[in-house]
Amino acid sequence: MTEEIRIGVFICHCGINIGGVVDVPAVVDYASTLKHVVHAERNLYTCSSEGLEAIKSAIKEHNLNRVVVASCTPRTHESLFRATCKEAGLNPYLFEFVNIRDQCSWVHMHEPESATEKAKDLVRMGVAKAARLEPLEELTSDVIPTAVVIGAGISGMTAALSLARSGFSVHLIEKEREPGGLLRNLYKLYPTDELAAEFLEQRIRAVNAHERITLHLSSTVKEVEGYVGKFKVILDEAGVEQAIDAGVIIVATGAKEFEPVGLYEYDGEKVITQLQLEEKLKKSDLNWAAIKTVVMIQCVGARGEVVGYCSKICCMNAIKNAKLIKETHPEVNVFIAHNELQAYGEEYELYYRAAKKAGVRFLRFPLEQRPKVRKSEGKLIVDVFHERLNLDIPIEADLVVLSVPLVQNPDALHLSKLLKVPLGQDKFFFEAHVKLRPVDFATDGIFLCGTAHGPKDIGESIAQGYAAASRATIPLAKGYVRSEPIISSVNEELCVGCGICESVCPYGAIEVVEVDEDKKRARVTSVKCKGCGTCGSSCVKRAIKMYHFSDDQLIAQERAAVTTEVR
Amino acid sequence: MEAVKIIGFLCNWCCYAGADLAGVSRFQYPPNIRIIRVMCSGRVDPVIILDAFLYGADGVFVGGCHPGDCHYLEGNYYAEKKIEMAQRLLKEARVEPKRLHLEWVSASEGERFSKIMKEFSDEIKALGPVTFETEALEAACLAAADYRLRILATKERELLEVGNKYGEVFTQHEMDRLLDDIVREEYEEKRILLKLKEPRSVKEIASELNLKPNIVLRHIMDLKRYELVDIHELRDYTPVYIARKLDEEGITE
Repeated sequence: MTEEIRIGVFICHCGINIGGVVDVPAVVDYASTLKHVVHAERNLYTCSSEGLEAIKSAIKEHNLNRVVVASCTPRTHESLFRATCKEAGLNPYLFEFVNIRDQCSWVHMHEPESATEKAKDLVRMGVAKAARLEPLEELTSDVIPTAVVIGAGISGMTAALSLARSGFSVHLIEKEREPGGLLRNLYKLYPTDELAAEFLEQRIRAVNAHERITLHLSSTVKEVEGYVGKFKVILDEAGVEQAIDAGVIIVATGAKEFEPVGLYEYDGEKVITQLQLEEKLKKSDLNWAAIKTVVMIQCVGARGEVVGYCSKICCMNAIKNAKLIKETHPEVNVFIAHNELQAYGEEYELYYRAAKKAGVRFLRFPLEQRPKVRKSEGKLIVDVFHERLNLDIPIEADLVVLSVPLVQNPDALHLSKLLKVPLGQDKFFFEAHVKLRPVDFATDGIFLCGTAHGPKDIGESIAQGYAAASRATIPLAKGYVRSEPIISSVNEELCVGCGICESVCPYGAIEVVEVDEDKKRARVTSVKCKGCGTCGSSCVKRAIKMYHFSDDQLIAQERAAVTTEVR
Repeated sequence: MEAVKIIGFLCNWCCYAGADLAGVSRFQYPPNIRIIRVMCSGRVDPVIILDAFLYGADGVFVGGCHPGDCHYLEGNYYAEKKIEMAQRLLKEARVEPKRLHLEWVSASEGERFSKIMKEFSDEIKALGPVTFETEALEAACLAAADYRLRILATKERELLEVGNKYGEVFTQHEMDRLLDDIVREEYEEKRILLKLKEPRSVKEIASELNLKPNIVLRHIMDLKRYELVDIHELRDYTPVYIARKLDEEGITE
């Protein structure tokens, strides 16, 4: 191991994401002065094909045996750069990631000088660790060819059917007494105007008919153990506990409609939500003789009123319901009071025009002056502020329909804890990467689809269901997964066999065995070890080494953070 | 350069992801912190924390998952006890224990992460750059690396919740008293050991460290028994002691 350490450093501009704040050329100059660094360069996007080619050719040209990339987060891009190193013949664990975007340019946007200094420090720390990296070999383990899909709404059923048709067993878990999710409440679907119930019925029939799908109704997830390939999901199925072994898990728990209590005189009768309207349309539960005017109000509770986000589906939903009313009851006045209007793509645009043609009237209000609903002499009046006229237009309404956003189910938090996957700021499940891994969680073997991930219409939910199934198929079809060799190992020379490591290991991956007569030593079962490293920080003789996060690597990083070591 | 230097050890699954979310959401915070990724907060060894202070960190932040959320089930509970142990040692070495801060941050708490960063940075700025006696912190490092405190930091949870071999469950009060005594003893012993890099008598050490001579003598007898200290010479009938060469991996080079 007397090989000379030759480190290549690649600093990413990330377009303007990093380069717009951090002085990237200065960081490159600095990096090239660091000990062991034989090559430093900058790339517009290190993760682009040119960037990756640059890494590969530099490894060959400069005979690099360590690579440091300073760009975004290892949570999304580490595997890509490791694979690139591997392609160039370098052991992927001789790669070190430095995060100068999420930890630097994005959070110190107004302090470019400090951000540049910090970027230099972070690169120095990364180089210090890289110099101490060791080549590691990946481990492989088997995958149980079964999937668990949580939530039997439209996206969950789509994912389940897709996986079952690919030949895998699927356990589809639904907390309600029947499948269907939000779709059960809908009347007709845009842009085809087909009946939601008929559409749903086909899917449910296909799910029920499929021999490889087991549908668990009135069931909730109680516990989840294990890891990709070998999950154990404990269910409460109508009061009976049941354990399912599975290789992958798909989260498709859906969302619910926000309840606008206390807003816009909401009462569930004369002021109702779009879903309540659909329910009434479905059951023909409206006395049209008494309804002359319907006013729909968009963005209720959304876009800063209660939640911050735009629910994105309510515009099309309102347009659809307004058009359906107008088509069946042309004599009824239908208004949509809106701020922006989302009818993207050709089909939706044509649908919007059809609604206009059918006589639906659109009134725009500024977001700062949302409509007000008031009661006057037993009548409902909606005041919609007209920007050009600069005055409130009072509309006497017999029915007010509030377009409210989809919000996360309250039990999602519990599930996120069980699965150890994150929720974002808006409480929806949070994907590993919005563009690169849109249906994966950062945790291997767990995927997501449908409105659990954020507001989506039926088409998008279905597309995402297929996407999640296709991602989940990768480990299922391969039959094995490679797991990271980031595991602990015991130095038997130093170990005294006290067993404290065994007592702290959550996976039973380390145990004390008799290696000789009267000589006990701790041993690690590599495939069981998940790499937390608690055994290492507990070992009384400091005899346990945590690969890739070893004491000497962490100490080198920490010392480099506070001391400068320039060649 | 920033006025104060802070090192953050963030667990991969929760706090590091929370820091990423702070970035993605553009929540700004002061640029003093340098983040080191670990897989679990339970990985963060008190030795490494104390070493960071020794090399000039003005503050150390450790971020793990919320109780019950640990990706490795219980790593964060162990982390809590280890951090407390490191704080006790900092106190012995006359470094403000609040320079070491543990916090639970989830992957979805980007805004909270930036807020915590600002608060901790303000706190460290208020304390100013760290000052310490090098040998005092070195002694704290050695104590953290030795087996007694490592056993206690790891077993504390068990002693408080399950009890010892005889089924005796410790109260937090008893545990604190026990830890205070043992941490002090261990720290004193390491200070004496470091003083004995050069030949010294009991009396000399007692006056330099402001300890009672009988306590110094007791520690030296222990150190002799562990074969860490020898008698160097007799000076006017007074024994002068010297430490054997220290060889502690990763602490002193």
